[in-house]
Amino acid sequence: MQRLLKSADVTGWLLAAPLVLVLAVFLILPVVMIAVVSFWQATEFSIVPAFSFENYEFLFGSAVTYDVFWNTFRYALITWALTLGVGFTVAYFLAFHVRTLTWQIALALICTVPFWTSNVIRMISWIPFLGRNGIANSTLLSMGVIDQPLEWLLFSDFSVILAFVHINTIFMVIPILNTMMRIDRSLIEAARDAGASGAQILWNVIIPLTKPGIMIGTIFVLTLVMGDFVTVRFMSGSQSANVGRLISNDVGLLQYPSASATAVVLLVTVLMVVGLLLRLVDIRKEL
Amino acid sequence: MRGGHDLELVHVTKRYAGGAVAVADVSHLFRAGSYVCLLGPSGCGKSSTLRMIAGHEAITEGSILLSGKDVSALPPAQRGTAMMFQSYALFPHLSVAENVAFSLKMKGVDKAARMRRAGEMLELVDMTALAARLPAQLSGGQQQRVALARALITDPQVLLLDEPLSALDPFLRIRMRAELKRLQRELGISFIHVTHGQDEALALADEIVVMNSARIEQAGSARDVFNAPQTEFVARFMGGHNVLALPQGRFAIRADAVRLAAQGAEAVVTSVEFQGAHVALTARAAGDQDILALIPEEQFFADPKSPGDAVRLAWDEGRLHRLSA
Repeated sequence: MQRLLKSADVTGWLLAAPLVLVLAVFLILPVVMIAVVSFWQATEFSIVPAFSFENYEFLFGSAVTYDVFWNTFRYALITWALTLGVGFTVAYFLAFHVRTLTWQIALALICTVPFWTSNVIRMISWIPFLGRNGIANSTLLSMGVIDQPLEWLLFSDFSVILAFVHINTIFMVIPILNTMMRIDRSLIEAARDAGASGAQILWNVIIPLTKPGIMIGTIFVLTLVMGDFVTVRFMSGSQSANVGRLISNDVGLLQYPSASATAVVLLVTVLMVVGLLLRLVDIRKEL
Repeated sequence: MRGGHDLELVHVTKRYAGGAVAVADVSHLFRAGSYVCLLGPSGCGKSSTLRMIAGHEAITEGSILLSGKDVSALPPAQRGTAMMFQSYALFPHLSVAENVAFSLKMKGVDKAARMRRAGEMLELVDMTALAARLPAQLSGGQQQRVALARALITDPQVLLLDEPLSALDPFLRIRMRAELKRLQRELGISFIHVTHGQDEALALADEIVVMNSARIEQAGSARDVFNAPQTEFVARFMGGHNVLALPQGRFAIRADAVRLAAQGAEAVVTSVEFQGAHVALTARAAGDQDILALIPEEQFFADPKSPGDAVRLAWDEGRLHRLSA
């Protein structure tokens, strides 16, 4: 027994065991369960353990699935592009224009203020702002910019994406800021010494060196948006759908096997996207 | 030698926003084609001076002239200077060749031409074989060669080196300094080299500029500065000197000019250090003055002393050198 404990192999396994146990029970087991249930059958009032491809056949046979998946991708891509634009700019400002560390920390903390309330409340607070008689419309009307209320401000793709950007930009800011802070400032000087203009420094030095941070932020935002269902439901006024809502509807109707099948397809899709991203940029040096 | 590319600092002052003065009214002429070392302890203003010449720091007052033209307001790349950074500042995402070709890329030189030119520069520093590597795959000495090639590709009239050898191990440091000297002689341009190591400055410099608390303390050829320090600071900083307070004033005397003798100042040995060719003997003389004597090893061991022994120290009056401050 003594000798067994001394062996490096055994110690290693023992040290890893708690984490393995936690992951096994709370991650692997549920995923396996979902995968198993996705092959079961269901009627209006019962769930029957089986091994049938019925759920998948229905899923892939329906045009709605493709529409909803396309919609999910669309939300994810647009949100990604906007959060990247805003996040990169904010991080760039914090990292290169704010001079003292104290201010950098203070301003980065201000970026997290939206997180002090719940997701749902943050979304709902847009409604009085964007609604037909909301602040935005009444301001524009009184300024004479428009002569009737804009209908597309709320319960539209616009409001969905607005909320996504609002909620997720921080996940872009933090990893990008983190990589930018690690860029050796003498590299910027060396580039300037070599005659690079501001734009050239940005393109040839800062962006390439920030890629790992951009990639981590991208993974955060894409996975969060693709797995979301609350935002789409609230902000589209239940008029738009994404895969998350498909699953939540099935769950609401107690159609667990069908929900599981959709979840499995979504999981595989997201994993493929992440896998592709990881092939593009090596983020290991960041972790 | 190209001639005419003298670099001149005219009453240059650097004051920071908080009021701290990094460089106070410094004027100096750096002759074209010479190897100059800016020498001083950390915080003396030597790096700020270099960075102002490079254009990475704005000057508060005064001007900097290169070849007779005021360059103080020009951006770094248009001054005719190039800088080699302390940590080399190689772009980690670019290969060695791309690093060297960076400034040409910024100028819009097409790829074939800039790679050819980068190849030539790499040949100059003997790094052709590693052109495709990334900086992280190079040793410290190799990184330095790449940084040199990158700075030289812009054909500068003045190369500015910010403590270029401090990141290297002692053995490599001696090899690289020979290399720097060779390059400077071959290219015939001015090198301005910031260092806090007096041995480095003595080995390399045609001219040494000693700085202390934001001012130039003394400038001159390496031999002059070492043999005839004008101030107590220079004498102490260059090392190998004793500063003696005699009734006639303060004097410097080289430690190797002090010898043990039958007649002379009474002193008590406080430490003995064997240094190979010499033995460094420190003795305390009247008035609590510590005097260092470098005694040839053979001579010392003919009549060895240990701490606590009473000795007499003597020197030729002619070797005493009066200090102005």
